[in-house]
Order: sequence, then C-alpha cells, then structure tokens
Amino acid sequence: MPAAHPASQKRVIVVGGGLAGLAAAARLTEQGLLVDLFSIIPVKRSHSVCAQGGINATNEVARQQGFSEWLHCDETLYGGDFLADQPPVYEMTHWAPRIIDLLDRMGVPFNRTNEAQRDLRLFGGSLFKRTHFAGATTGQQLMYALDEQVRRAEAEGKVVKYESWEFLWPVIEGDGDGRRCVGIVAQDLRTMQIRAFRADAVAMATGGCGLVFGQSTNSVMCNGGAASRCYQAGAWYANGEFIQVHPTAIPGADKCRLMSESARGEGGRVWVPRKAGDDRDPRTIPEEERYYFLEEHYPKYGNLVPRDIASREIFDICVNQGLGLGGKNMVYLDLTHKSREELDNKLKGILEIYEKFAGQDPREFPMKIFPAVHYSMGGLWTTYTSETRRPDPRQDLQCELDEIVGMKLGAPNSMSTNIDGLYALGEVNFAFHGGTRLGANALLSCIFDGLFAGVGIGNYVNDGPGVDEVPQGVYDEVTNQEQTKCDALVRTAGADKGENPYAIARELGDEMTAASTVVKNGPRMEEAARNLETLRDRFQNVRLSDGAMWTNQNLSFTRALGDMIVLADVVLQGGLLREESRGSHYRLDFPERDDTKFLKTTVAEFDTATNRPKISYRDVQLGLVAPRARTYGKTAEKASGESKEKKKETAGAGA
Amino acid sequence: MVTQAAKNEVHLEPGLKRTIRFRIKRCDGPGKPARWENFDVPVVSGEGVNVISCLQWIAEHPKTAEGADTTPVVWDSGCLEEVCGACTMVINGSVRQSCSCQLDNYAPLDGDTITLEPMSKFPVVRDLWVDRSRLFHNLKRLKAWAPIDGLHDLGAGPKEHTDDQHVRYKISECMSCGCCLEACPQFHQEENEENWDSSFIGANTIAQARLFNLHETGKQLAGDRLDTLAAAGGVSDCGNAQNCVKVCPKEIPLTEAIAAIGRATTIHRVRKFFRGK
Repeated sequence: MPAAHPASQKRVIVVGGGLAGLAAAARLTEQGLLVDLFSIIPVKRSHSVCAQGGINATNEVARQQGFSEWLHCDETLYGGDFLADQPPVYEMTHWAPRIIDLLDRMGVPFNRTNEAQRDLRLFGGSLFKRTHFAGATTGQQLMYALDEQVRRAEAEGKVVKYESWEFLWPVIEGDGDGRRCVGIVAQDLRTMQIRAFRADAVAMATGGCGLVFGQSTNSVMCNGGAASRCYQAGAWYANGEFIQVHPTAIPGADKCRLMSESARGEGGRVWVPRKAGDDRDPRTIPEEERYYFLEEHYPKYGNLVPRDIASREIFDICVNQGLGLGGKNMVYLDLTHKSREELDNKLKGILEIYEKFAGQDPREFPMKIFPAVHYSMGGLWTTYTSETRRPDPRQDLQCELDEIVGMKLGAPNSMSTNIDGLYALGEVNFAFHGGTRLGANALLSCIFDGLFAGVGIGNYVNDGPGVDEVPQGVYDEVTNQEQTKCDALVRTAGADKGENPYAIARELGDEMTAASTVVKNGPRMEEAARNLETLRDRFQNVRLSDGAMWTNQNLSFTRALGDMIVLADVVLQGGLLREESRGSHYRLDFPERDDTKFLKTTVAEFDTATNRPKISYRDVQLGLVAPRARTYGKTAEKASGESKEKKKETAGAGA
Repeated sequence: MVTQAAKNEVHLEPGLKRTIRFRIKRCDGPGKPARWENFDVPVVSGEGVNVISCLQWIAEHPKTAEGADTTPVVWDSGCLEEVCGACTMVINGSVRQSCSCQLDNYAPLDGDTITLEPMSKFPVVRDLWVDRSRLFHNLKRLKAWAPIDGLHDLGAGPKEHTDDQHVRYKISECMSCGCCLEACPQFHQEENEENWDSSFIGANTIAQARLFNLHETGKQLAGDRLDTLAAAGGVSDCGNAQNCVKVCPKEIPLTEAIAAIGRATTIHRVRKFFRGK
C-alpha cells in the first residue's frame, strides 16, 4: 500500500495511466495539486504502448509545402465525416506542434534526418508528411517519456500510484444540477480490499472498449468497464456506435495484432491476386496479375485512405468479390520492394511482431493481414467552453474566416462529463475523432487532453468548495454497494451450476463483431440486440469458478463482463437508431450520410428503471468547416461536390 | 527427445488437432505452499495458438488433466504483442513473454509438455503473477528521467545525431519485463523494501543510465546516476555472466551499456577524487 497524501491537501484522482492519464497527472502536479493515480496494471504497461505509427503535427517542412494547423484541423474533421464538434479539433491540431516540442524535450528518441531534424512520414488521410515517429513503437516511446515525468513527480511526493487497483464506481454527491463527483471506490486486486477515496475531482483516462468485440487489437484490460460504470452512475455516453476497424492486423487465437498504418506510410502496398483462388507464391505473381485495389480506386490517396474506407474495401474484395487469400478475409500488405536497411530503421518494431507472431519475415514475404476492431471514437460525453478568436495568419493560412472558434484554456468544464467534477480524457471520451479517427491522431488527442484539460481541472479544484465537508456516509454507501456486488458474485463460486463467464464473453465478442463492425444493417443489429438480451439473462446466473478473497481475477473479469454487456447495448441501440452511413458506421440499408437528421451526437443516458439506454441527440458544433462529401477522390462512383473538394485539398501544395 | 531446434523445423498443416500438456506451478498467495497442476489443452494448428490463449482456455475449463475441479490460473498480461512486458514467466525453464510463445513452432507435437512457473526473482502474488514493483523503484533510484523545466511551451528539445538516436531508441524499448534480472546470477529476490536501495540494481536500470546520460537534458543528472551506480548495488556488482543480453526479448545491448557505464563510473570517481566533491 503506497503512503497516502495528507487528507487536507487538494487532490485529483486520475484513473488510468496511459498517455492521457499520465499527461493529466503531470499537468495537475505542476499546478501544485496532488494526484492519486489509479491503474488496473502498473502504469508503464498501459495500452498506449501498443500505438506504433506516430503522432501528427504541422512541422516546418510540411508548412513550406502548403500544410498548416488549419489543414490538419480540416483533415481531422473531414476524416471524421464531420461528426466531431469543431472547437476541440481546432484546439488539438493547433497545439500539436508544441506537444511534439514538449515530448522532444522530455527525451523521446524521435527518428532523425541526416541534419538531426525530426524525421516525418506519410500517414492516412493526408497528402503531406506530417507524422512524427520513433521507429514503429511511437506510443511506447511517448508513454515512457510521460511515465518518466510522472515518476519524477512521484519521487517528489506529488503523485501517489495505486497500481493493480481497479476502479469500481464514482462517488457522486447531491442530485440534479447540484450533483458532483467527490471521489471513487476502488478495489485492490491483490488483497481484494474495497475502499473509497476522496478527491476534489476525478479524471477518467481508462481507454477504449475493444474487448466488447472479443478479439481486437486492444490490450486485455481495454474492456470499457470503467466507462460503463460511470455511464451507469449517470454520465452520458456519446457516439458509442462509432467503432474503428483497423484494416491491417494479424489474427491470433488470443488477440489480433496491429500492423501499423506506418507500413503503408512507408510505401507498403495492399493487393490480392486478380484471379480468385490463385494460390501461387505471391512473390512469383507478376505485377499485372496483382490487383492493387486501393491504389486503383483512390488514385490520390492510394493505400493511405482512412481506415474505415480501407477496411470496407478489403471487406468488399473478400466477401463480395471472393478475392480474399485462400478464400478467407485476408489480403496482402507488401513491403518486399523496400530495402532491408530502410525497413529496419523505420519499421523494425512491427516487422518483428509480424515475424514473431506470423512466423514469416515480412522483408521477404508479403504480410497477410485482415481487419480488426481497433479504436472507439465514441465514449463518455464531455463538454468545454468555446472561445472565439481571430485566425492566426501563420497557423490558419488557408482559413477564410474572420473568426474561428477554439476552446478556452483553463475553463473548469474542460472535458467535464455531464457530472461536475467527473472528467474524461483520451480514448474514453468522444471528443476529437467524430466518425473515424485518422491514423496518428490518437496519441495527439490523448496527450492534448491531459495537458489542456489538466489546466481546467486544476482551476475547478482550486476554486471549488473542496470535499472535506462531504459526509462519510456518501462514501460508505458506494463502498457498501460495491462490497455487496462483489460478495454476491463470490458467493456464486459455491453454487452447483451456473453460466461460465468466459463463454458468455466469447459469445458477446463474436456477436458484436458479426453485427456491428465493418458493414452493418438494421435486421442484423436487431438480432444482435435480442441475442444480447439472452446473454444479459444468462449473466444473471453466472457462476465464478474461484471464490478466493485473494487476487481473484475470475471475479474482476466477471464483474467487468456485466459492464461490457451494458456498453454493448449502447453500441447496438446507437447503431440501430442512426439510420445513415457516416465514417466507420456503415449501414447497407442506409448507405448515404444524412446531415439533415444525423449531423448530431448520439447521447445515451442510462435509465435506472429499465437498465437500458435512453438515446437522444445533440447538434454538432460547427463554425469552422462546412460539411462536404467525403469521397477521398474515389474513381468509380464519383460523389457530388468532388471537384470542389479536390481543389481545396490540393490548395497551396505548390507553395 | 525432440530438440527445440528440430521442432522449429516441423511444418504443421493448418487444421490439425493435438493436445498440449501444461504443467503449471501454482501458489495461492504469499507464504502459501506451491503445488503443481496439469492441464490438457486441445489446440488446432494454424490458428495462432500461444501460451496466453491456452491459459484463457484453462480459465474457461478449470479442470486438471486428472479431472479435478480447480480455479483459473492467475497470470499477468497486457498488450499480448510483446511491448508491455506484463506476461513474462518461466516457460520450460527459460524466462520470456508468454504471448510470443507460439505453440505451432514451440510445441508442434501431440502430447508436448509445457511447464509454466512464475519468475523466481520477484515475490509471487498468486500462481504466475509476481510483484515487480522493485523494477519501477529502481527507475526512481536512478532518476531515470530528463529534468525538464516544465510543461510550458519552450520550443524544441536538443537536436540529436542519428547515431545517438539509434543507441537511445534501442535502450528505450526496454519494457521493464525483468527477463534480464531473472537470468542474472547477481540479482536476488529481496522482499524487504528497505534493502532495495543497496541491492544490485540490475542490467535494465544500468542501461537506462546510458539512455539518459546520452541526452542533453538527461545529462544534468548524470553525476547523480553515476553516484548511485558507484555505490553498493551498483555497476560493480555485475559479475559479467552476460546472461542478461541473451534473454532480452528486445535484444537491447545490455552488456555494452554496462561496460559503457562501468567506464563512466570510474572516470566519475576519479574526477570526484581530484575535485574533492
């Protein structure tokens, strides 16, 4: 048990120690606040380490080629199919270059050019090299840099880490508008002790929910349990139906392993043999008998179209056209035309993963890849304070507006949920990526969230009334609720029979993957919703196989499974009601984007009477870029408005 | 007896069924006796089965090979792609990550036995899960960070030559898994936290000194780091067995780092002697 902070000092609880949580912890301690950092695993092992390709930011080379913060903002909004509120995207993209500088100062070993400048690579959704990288383990490198800074704060007594503690429930005081979050209840996963912790504010930074879909590229703890608990306690969950399926992963029996978009950024080409069932050694198949379908369909962006588009194209090639390798949903990702030296210098991390897990050297053989669930654009609903400013002539070079709308730094509601004092940062919120996240924007959004919202949270805490006066009974009530829940589950270990939680989890994952990923339709989602109901009923009869009150992972898994089922309901209901196609949410029965009805954020509120979501909609805040057709210059079915868009995208490229 | 090298040559057609026998060392908690349990796990070739997916199967079917009911095995895991370091354990006597232990290569034959044990240099929490907080404590002991002025916008960091970037990047891939410590004859389990600061700090942490001492801002604390590594439990405790570098899953040149830091520590000592501080 770590030595706790003295109770009288103002403190913030940060739940989750990935990029967003660590960035927030660093920012909060810099403002003189104490941080209690909770994490279900040692923070250095957080899921952010899995990010590979890089982090986007305007840089001087790209700027002189015609890029700018404004275009980064435009790309992000266009990539997200205009579902994101625009002020947060504006602010994030404009902070990006400063965030790179900060990480650089912390000692991140970014790849360098001959002149010792930070090197850049191309990434999806852009025509400019604007992605900074450290080999192919950029997430790991950035997260370690923040981990080191937080360790330094820990050594100085400003941070206390509660590692291998699981967040169970937020402690919320009061009702209606006077409601505020005043701490959490958590469980030590070794001793199984459940207790409450007071805090002036709580920041959730608990990542995504890939495990709801069974096998994904996510780490084992990314089950969305923490977000689901906040949602069940009254926090809104937004755009749950927007789940990113990454086009290039390698399947395994335990998880799908990501093959970074950087492989394509460095020249990797996606193809299948033109003839179905062609089982020749791919290296012997001549160029003209290869179908580079992304390059043919998208001459401008080629292999670097956004992920939802690439995944749908692969799906179409494999499922509709029957051209998948060996009849499976698999295609080639080919790097064999690149030199070994260059590949090792820039991509070694992922090539080694492929070699270890697929058993072939991708420098010699084209990789076999298939799409896998990767990222949740949706998450806890958060707000901010808008700020109207004049555009910056350098950063907003291509902007024709007299005024832009960003976010106000230091506003106490920065990334606040609908419950005062409860914040959500990083992948667990919904704020930056709209309907699809562009590659290499995740690391940016997580770090930006922590650094930017950290200032606002600091102000909320410093100006707030504190929590010393909150009666102990408020905390005891939640502790008792969680203790009761835990005891009831542990008691099932003695039962003669009951449902196996691992079997339910597997079925949940299979069903969600089948009904609600690359291509969806109403009847299939309705069927999934009915099946989910059966799983929910079966979960009521779940039986643990371990009744120990010491390090009981069986208990922790099963408890989270209950929360995953609740979240799956949000994903399905949101998907059913959104009768349009936008970004990663693609419905065969409603293939067009419908801005009249659905240029809106889906907001799910947990109804405690029915234990089901109540869905409503909020307008997307525009003000910067008017929605336009999202075609990425596709050749075959030219969408209206494409020529105009083309002009805009290449504007300034010759500068 | 089929050697591992010979096994690696076995090419399995996809879809073949076989059974793998798992022999797992279990322990209910600190101070509790250890026991062995056997599990027979059915696997199919070509599906990317690894030690993790077998442990997941055992969790769903918690019955020993002899047919007795038992509990799911407790183990530590995270990313499952060998970048987080969590799932490190001792497999058939060798320390490694269990996620990258792919069974079509590692155990291609029907009836192959795989023995799983927790790492022995850290206290067992339960079964295969060990408490590696000492690793993170040692990073604090070494001041393994760049002492930047703060998070405000102060422009870019120091420029770095590609050669230095290559050296630093390689070391910076260290995921604190502890393989090098498990294999090290000089690193011992130490449950009393008060002794951590005087016990051998280990190859991984010594390499971190090289990582930060090569960085312009990290260098500010080079003297402190070398003081730590010149004291009890520092670099002179290394017995040069060179096991660390052989087991490192990220192939970090640990012995090279130890040699470089060893030299730096000597120079630092001599300098201090003549400066009198």
